[in-house]
Amino acid sequence: MLLLYFTLLVPFLFALFVPLLYRYMPRIHTGWFVLVVPTGIFIYMINLIPIIAKGGKLLNSIPWIPTLGINYSTYIDGLTLLFGLLISGIGALVVLYSIYYMSKQREALHNFYVYLLIFMGAMLGIVFSDNIFVLYMFWELTSIASFLLIAYWYQRKQSRYGAQKSLIITVIGGLALLAGLILLSIMTNTFSIREMIEADQVIAKHPLFLPAMLLILLGAFTKSAQFPFHIWLPDAMEAPTPISAYLHSATMVKAGIYLVARFTPVFGGTIEWFWLVTGIGMITLLWGSFSAVKQNDLKAMLAFSTISQLGLIMCLLGIGSASLYVSTAILAALFHLINHSTFKGCLFMVVGIVDHETGTRDIRRLGGLMNIMPITFTLMIIGSFSMAGLPPFNGFLSKELFFTGVLEAAQLKIFHLERWGILLPILAWIASIFTFIYSMILVLKTFTGKYKPNKYEKKAHEAPLGMLISPILLASLVILFFFFPTILSNNLLQPAMKAVLPGLLEAGGVENTIEIWHGWTTEVFMTMGVALVGLLLYLSFPKWSGVYEYLPEKISFNYIYDRGLAGMEKLAAKITKTYMTGIVRDYLLYIFIFFVVVVGGSMVLLNSFTYYPASNGPISAYEVVLVLVIIAAAVLVMLTKSRLTAVIGVGVIGFVVAMFFVIFRAPDLALTQLVVETVTVALFLLCFYHLPELGRETGGAGFRAANLIVSLGVGVLVTLLALAAQSNPLAEPISTFFENSYQLAGARNIVNAILVDFRGFDTMLEILVLSIAGLGVYSLIKLPLTRRDNK
Amino acid sequence: MKSNDVILQTVTKIVTFIILTFAIYLFLAGHHEPGGGFIGGLVITSALTLLYLAFDIETVREGLPVDFKVVAAIGVFIAVATGMGSLLFDQPFLSQTFGYFNLPIFGKTELATAVLFDLGVALAVVGTGVTIILSISGDA
Repeated sequence: MLLLYFTLLVPFLFALFVPLLYRYMPRIHTGWFVLVVPTGIFIYMINLIPIIAKGGKLLNSIPWIPTLGINYSTYIDGLTLLFGLLISGIGALVVLYSIYYMSKQREALHNFYVYLLIFMGAMLGIVFSDNIFVLYMFWELTSIASFLLIAYWYQRKQSRYGAQKSLIITVIGGLALLAGLILLSIMTNTFSIREMIEADQVIAKHPLFLPAMLLILLGAFTKSAQFPFHIWLPDAMEAPTPISAYLHSATMVKAGIYLVARFTPVFGGTIEWFWLVTGIGMITLLWGSFSAVKQNDLKAMLAFSTISQLGLIMCLLGIGSASLYVSTAILAALFHLINHSTFKGCLFMVVGIVDHETGTRDIRRLGGLMNIMPITFTLMIIGSFSMAGLPPFNGFLSKELFFTGVLEAAQLKIFHLERWGILLPILAWIASIFTFIYSMILVLKTFTGKYKPNKYEKKAHEAPLGMLISPILLASLVILFFFFPTILSNNLLQPAMKAVLPGLLEAGGVENTIEIWHGWTTEVFMTMGVALVGLLLYLSFPKWSGVYEYLPEKISFNYIYDRGLAGMEKLAAKITKTYMTGIVRDYLLYIFIFFVVVVGGSMVLLNSFTYYPASNGPISAYEVVLVLVIIAAAVLVMLTKSRLTAVIGVGVIGFVVAMFFVIFRAPDLALTQLVVETVTVALFLLCFYHLPELGRETGGAGFRAANLIVSLGVGVLVTLLALAAQSNPLAEPISTFFENSYQLAGARNIVNAILVDFRGFDTMLEILVLSIAGLGVYSLIKLPLTRRDNK
Repeated sequence: MKSNDVILQTVTKIVTFIILTFAIYLFLAGHHEPGGGFIGGLVITSALTLLYLAFDIETVREGLPVDFKVVAAIGVFIAVATGMGSLLFDQPFLSQTFGYFNLPIFGKTELATAVLFDLGVALAVVGTGVTIILSISGDA
């Protein structure tokens, strides 16, 4: 099963080579190389379908940090595979599309594709990992990749704003998710999601149930742009359009959906989960579709439309969590998940084409493109009508299922549904009307009407064939899924349903099928009503568009976010300025005082000042002499008026310490100390010229007294600490383990064996920190200089 | 630092090689005797520092056109990469191993993956050390 791990890591590995390909193969668009990755993964996943459809499950685990119980375990069931296919399939199409969208000459393609591949790998990681910490890591990685991609055109202020906003909101959610996952692991004593699902009974009775649920939902809602966290998604539209199509409509924003679906077996069936997920989903659906209608920018319209469609899926998942009563909802959710990716992906690409070929996305300027861009027009019709829920497109089927789901929910007698349940179909119906309206706006405002060439920046023409391939493929899927929903349902949706509702399997399997026509049901009349009212409202839109102006600007969530951020920055600056004085001495003072208070305080509290001289070895004459030298040198450093003398004094201390190491037979330490001292003295010599004159501080007696107290405190405390540590062995010394270094690591030098083998992880991070510190020094000194030179 | 350092320069020319040889010895000896990547790297740094002190930065850079920031990065990369290497053999990250081989000249020799890791450490130390020293002195 190594192939699976390899498959999941391929995007990251390939990302390493992208810059090289970009540099050494400038003739060929980098995208062609990248295209291989998602296509290959997609084919691999397709091959897994038969195994999973038969009910098989694949679980594998590679130890990653075994001491912490973190294993890179992967788990494939229907739900995972569904997402895996989406990620790789849409990914391939998006990369293909981007080859024509992103100019080879003007854009920094290597960055683009590296970020894209990182995202793809991370997203696959989320859905495939069974270990919660691995999942969390990939979760945050998608946020970071999204940040980088939104800020791809970082010269634009709006891009930076959007990127920051999305990062702040999704990372806050991510941290909540981490807390929730940790709570779950405390409850169930495992890091594996699969084992958590098996332990759902334990979780349900645990007092931490509700906090864990709320935290995880917070993570899911922020990621999936649910109300009121949806505000980041419209601003994320500053990203290049292929990215909007991929991350911000088809995959990343569905990570929250995945999380909710994945944890439905754990939390589902409770009233809190039902109403939170359903309610927030419904509000998001309604608010998103309502806001979409007022947008003038095609991409902004699609962004709000995505928000509302995500709300729809979320709402269905919520309803479906009452699984014993309504099983249609989960089917509808998963089906719509796929459908949304197909038609919304297609729409984003079409809007990208319009933007690319005309230079604008503003519906006030667009119009009359029908004859100029006939293929694009057709694609737009397919996508929009599917979104509006019209036949013969797949959106019709899932919209019907959605209505079935809410109607079934309205008739339930649990969770107070007997009183409030009737709201669900009504709200769903209203939201669908708005969906219908903006779908019409998308098509009609862009393509019908009169063509006014003077309103465009460039001469409009049909897109090149390569750019059209991806949306055409997606549009054909839109139609294909309408006529052959059973293929999809049998092979993908049913296995995925079993993953969301494991109880159903035991209760006799899933029987829902998707049918194109099931008689003159309420759902059909609802759809007809949507189309009729929607059409009327669309035609009368100028008369009632004033409604939107009544929405006060000041209570919008964007306003709160902006003010909150500005306020926080101001407050942080104020607090920071009070203690960041720019004087190193002050900082040292903070460190020392903190050290004395925390360490000294805890030692007093724990009553750990002890000293047993009996356990010490004899003190030799050499040691006495060396100590005296150290004391003399230290006093010299304090009293001298010349910096050079001080430097030499400090050097003396260092060399004497090295001699101590020699006496205590630690040649490695002695060597290191000697070389470090040598290099330090050289460094001092180098910066000697830059240091200011060593003026004794002219501060008053109080200043000197304070310094004296702090320095005495540190000195006394460290001495006491060393003595106490000697005489207080809390645990068995571990040094005996290292003495076996020759057998364990084949090394006779224990010190080095510890450094490179036993504690290799520490060393690796240490050299990393060291290099970062080096770069820090370099940039502190060099960068301001070069800027000054440029001026 | 423009002064006539004939003695320093002459001595440096010879001493540097002695120090560098010693550094390589320290590095290789680290497995069984005092030494290792960290010390080896530090000694190399000190040798280079001596060079920079005796001659000026420009002269040394002509003879040794190396970007030490890159050296540091390569060092960290090697260290991480050797850690990754153990994953390929189904072992936890950063597992080290060793074995005894019969080599043509050296006879029975121990080869350990830890040395590769140590090489990363040494390069990181050299790169960082020289970068810091050069940045500070380059400001003069």
